[in-house]
Amino acid sequence: MSKLALTTEGDTHVVVTRRFEAPPEAVYRAHLDPDLLRQWCLGPDGWTMPVCINEGRPGGKMRYEWSNGRGGFYLTGEILELDPPHRIVHVERMHMPEPTPDNRVVTTFVADGTGTLMTMRMSLPDQETRKAMLATGMERGMEASYARLERLSGWTVAS
Amino acid sequence: MQTSQSLDRTFAALADPTRRRILTQLALGEATVNELARPFAISQPAFSRHIRVLSQAGLIVQRAEGTKRPCRLAPGALSELDQFLHMLREALTRNYQRLDQLLAKQTKRRNDP
Repeated sequence: MSKLALTTEGDTHVVVTRRFEAPPEAVYRAHLDPDLLRQWCLGPDGWTMPVCINEGRPGGKMRYEWSNGRGGFYLTGEILELDPPHRIVHVERMHMPEPTPDNRVVTTFVADGTGTLMTMRMSLPDQETRKAMLATGMERGMEASYARLERLSGWTVAS
Repeated sequence: MQTSQSLDRTFAALADPTRRRILTQLALGEATVNELARPFAISQPAFSRHIRVLSQAGLIVQRAEGTKRPCRLAPGALSELDQFLHMLREALTRNYQRLDQLLAKQTKRRNDP
């Protein structure tokens, strides 16, 4: 089961869980190594990451820049805690170009058979930030008209 | 456009599992309060309170039909938040599909030197 689960926790947080068919060491490294991050941390198709800095140590800086050829935005952050290969705590903000409020993200990696169960807990951005993020074009390819039932079912499992 | 105050009400309304089940039921179509209350083992005043919270949050609308007050979903009530969560889900889904491929490649490289 590798399907992504995304749930809201109260009105302030989003929790994402996902299983990977690789040991925690590999999944953990893929979250810190710029050469690896640039290959997967791209969001929707059509975006690249021309700049990817992740110093990979507590207190280290992060800077990710994304481009879709016409424009882009970037993220800056700092790593707060590392407990290899089980836990990464960092803070990040988007610049669009105004910085969004700091988002503290806790990502954990737990061995699950031959794979890894990853859990990422982060702040739910406020409405203004969500609108700004939607306006970056990250929603490219999204259809506005999702079946209402499907959306509400999403909420139902998000308990 | 939602104000942050009305958004707070939306979140508070959605935070309760009973109210989310009511919304799911209403996604199938209009229903009276009695019909909606049937699956729940809670008192009528408590159920009416859930309906009131949903209505005040702008998630459902009620109309008068004799003594009945049928409820239905308010159009577009959840769209902004839904849209954001959907965008996040889509972006992460693509990210992790690419990460799956990357991890598979690494495993393969380790296994056939």
